[in-house]
Amino acid sequence: MARDVFTKENFEKLDHVIQKYKGKSGPLMPVLTEAQKIFGCVAIEIQKKISEELNIPLAEIYGVATFYSQFSLQPKGEYVIGVCLGTACYVKGAQDIINKISKEINVEVGKTSEDGKFTLVATRCIGACGLAPVLTVNEDVYGKLTADDVEGILSKYK
Amino acid sequence: MAYKNQVLVCGGTGCTSSSSLKILEKMENLLEQRGIRQDVKMVKTGCFGLCAAGPIVIVYPEGAFYAHVKLEDVEKIVDEHIIGKKIIKDLLYKEAVTEDGEVKSFEEVPFYKKQMRIALEHCGAIGAEDIDDYIELKGYKALEKALTEMTPENVIDEVKRSGLRGRGGGGFPTGLKWEFTYKTEDEQKYVACNADEGDPGAFMDRSILEGDPHCIIEAMAIAGYAVGANQGYVYVRAEYPVAIERLQIAIDKAREAGYLGKNIFGTDFEFDMEIRLGAGAFVCGEETALINSIEGKRGMPRPRPPFPAVKGLWNKPTLLNNVETYANITKIILKGADWFSSIGTEKSKGTKVFALGGKVENTGLVEIPMGTTLREIIFEIGGGIPNGKKFKAVQTGGPSGGCLTEEYLDTPIDYDSLTALGSMMGSGGMIILDEDNCMVDIAKFFLEFTVEESCGKCPPCRIGTKRMLETLEKITEGKGEKGDIEKLEKLAENIKTSALCGLGQTAPNPVLSTIKRFRHEYEAHVNEKRCPSGVCQALLEYKITEDKCKGCTLCAKVCPVNAIKGNVKEAHVIDTNTCIKCGACVAKCPFGAISKQ
Ligand SMILES: Cc1cc2nc3c(=O)[nH]c(=O)nc-3n(C[C@H](O)[C@H](O)[C@H](O)COP(=O)(O)O)c2cc1C
Ligand code: SF4
Ligand code: SF4
Ligand code: SF4
Ligand code: FES
Ligand code: FES
Repeated sequence: MARDVFTKENFEKLDHVIQKYKGKSGPLMPVLTEAQKIFGCVAIEIQKKISEELNIPLAEIYGVATFYSQFSLQPKGEYVIGVCLGTACYVKGAQDIINKISKEINVEVGKTSEDGKFTLVATRCIGACGLAPVLTVNEDVYGKLTADDVEGILSKYK
Repeated sequence: MAYKNQVLVCGGTGCTSSSSLKILEKMENLLEQRGIRQDVKMVKTGCFGLCAAGPIVIVYPEGAFYAHVKLEDVEKIVDEHIIGKKIIKDLLYKEAVTEDGEVKSFEEVPFYKKQMRIALEHCGAIGAEDIDDYIELKGYKALEKALTEMTPENVIDEVKRSGLRGRGGGGFPTGLKWEFTYKTEDEQKYVACNADEGDPGAFMDRSILEGDPHCIIEAMAIAGYAVGANQGYVYVRAEYPVAIERLQIAIDKAREAGYLGKNIFGTDFEFDMEIRLGAGAFVCGEETALINSIEGKRGMPRPRPPFPAVKGLWNKPTLLNNVETYANITKIILKGADWFSSIGTEKSKGTKVFALGGKVENTGLVEIPMGTTLREIIFEIGGGIPNGKKFKAVQTGGPSGGCLTEEYLDTPIDYDSLTALGSMMGSGGMIILDEDNCMVDIAKFFLEFTVEESCGKCPPCRIGTKRMLETLEKITEGKGEKGDIEKLEKLAENIKTSALCGLGQTAPNPVLSTIKRFRHEYEAHVNEKRCPSGVCQALLEYKITEDKCKGCTLCAKVCPVNAIKGNVKEAHVIDTNTCIKCGACVAKCPFGAISKQ
């Protein structure tokens, strides 16, 4: 089961963020960014709240939320594994790494495991190309990978 | 206070991902324990450039360049080097010691020798979170000079005469852009910094923000003074958390110190700035899309003109420059346009930072004077191709660029020479490919990127690139038909001329340039259903060479689908119909008897 992220506490945090940006120019992007951080997603309930508070039509917010790859409508897993598929990583075999992880945790690219623990995503360059191929688990960065490193890294989060 | 030693620890993204911050912490603790904490200045820097050798630690006054430092090595560095005054040769970067065991400073190792650091001058040299370090190296002096000794016209003139061109890809003359924004009259104007760095394979902007954030703040304030803006925005991609954090620290400190805010340097010039986060859309690097994104809309480009210099953020005149472009400004103001324009080629002045990656020994950031050749970068600075493989091509300009082969290696690099050859400077990604890379696969890779990143506003890009990708997929899957290559070429030309923004207009370039230089590879895929580099899975067959096989049975044991048959001590055979081409057997065979063809 996915974790319940729609807690009262999280909505209070969101409210705080909204108040911070209300009245500033172009508040929508920063609010969505922080909402994504707080909830791990910007589900429609969250968008509704933002719409009411910032006086921006829900349709417009939905349009923005679905445009950018950082925003997701469903909650992501506890650990988001991002395998870089930027050019430097790709030419050094990032595809093999992502295939291996997908097999190891039995999750397709772009999906979250059933227990809500792992989300596997193919990311764009994270700017650590000197260490290609690279993957991230939440904020941790691992570089110079070979497919053999995968098990060891995953075991840290299991 | 006089320090006996200075220790630089790289805090760039590459090195921190291999524990450099733990190294720093451990060293501080040890120095404390030994009672010499006050004698050593510890500096957490940005990227040194040679990320492949990370984590990197440099110990002064000797300038010993330690590479691949491990946590266990820290005690040795403290006790033997800092206290015992003896350089630990085994820990030095391999090229930082001569054959007779003499220690060289890092500037002398081949990777750095041919480089010239202007934009990256302070990266790796100063503490990234320390405004005093920056001030010590003439920080904010350029702003002071501009505000107190120069008129806005003087500043613009200096930038114009320097010959600086935009480092974000297009190469538009920076001074002219400043002048346009200056000349558009309005009470409210903005300056913005493009730190979206969408090119997948480039990280110079990230490194500058991480390693020298104050220089961007200072340059944007100078730009604000020159064009008449009082507010700046830096649009940074959210994937760069360290850069965002350091830039925010720098902005806060600059404001505290009075370099941002009102009455800067006692003048009536007022300027402040703010960070805005990108949210993962390549097209947002395009300037009109970036503006939409900051305003809180979908990051879709709009037709130009009007240019941002006329109608930018909230319809006000806006100056938009790239991070690396700004990084050159403070130096131009301090050292003068003549100095800057004496570096580089006739039409491309100064230096360019490249993110050297892929199949090359020394991956990392490289800054060279314009006019340096590809060969110098790849073989002298980059140290050549690893594992004795053969160089195949160099890809520059990312998804908008193209690739060049062996015969172009002596081309002096500048905006115009690369464009003339159907490649591009772009933002400075430089990916080296060796004989194991399939050019059709690389073209497909870039097209996949474009298709995913196309904003969908105009049909040539939305539909056209998708059709191109489908054709490439067909070819790499062995279903290519006669005429497919020509179809790709025709589609490409149409998209180039009819797409609305730069993304679509340049998207076909990787395909066109690979067809142009590697047509035989495309033909092998289409006509012979063969992938000469052994990359395209569908076209490969795994085979066991009878003479080499010792019948050890290892391969048969790992094969997940039991495709390998054979008796112990007899040659084994792969049933190609059952084989799912997973490659597991190749990795297992101790005798190299299995190959893919
Ligand atoms: C699709 C597309 C993506 C772009 N991405 C970037 C980018 O990530 N960073 C950047 O500085 N410029 C990017 N550019 C170029 C910018 O639109 C713009 O020309 C540049 O930031 C201007 O700054 P400069 O004159 O200092 O180079 C992109 C252009 C296009 C068409
Ligand atoms: S060319 Fe592509 S990215 Fe640019 S506006 Fe058209 S659809 Fe959007
Ligand atoms: S490639 Fe994989 S499936 Fe094919 S024979 Fe080898 S181990 Fe078996
Ligand atoms: S592992 Fe190699 S040597 Fe052993 S049976 Fe397989 S092909 Fe033959
Ligand atoms: S290409 Fe993977 S980090 Fe840049
Ligand atoms: S991150 Fe340390 S050298 Fe690049």
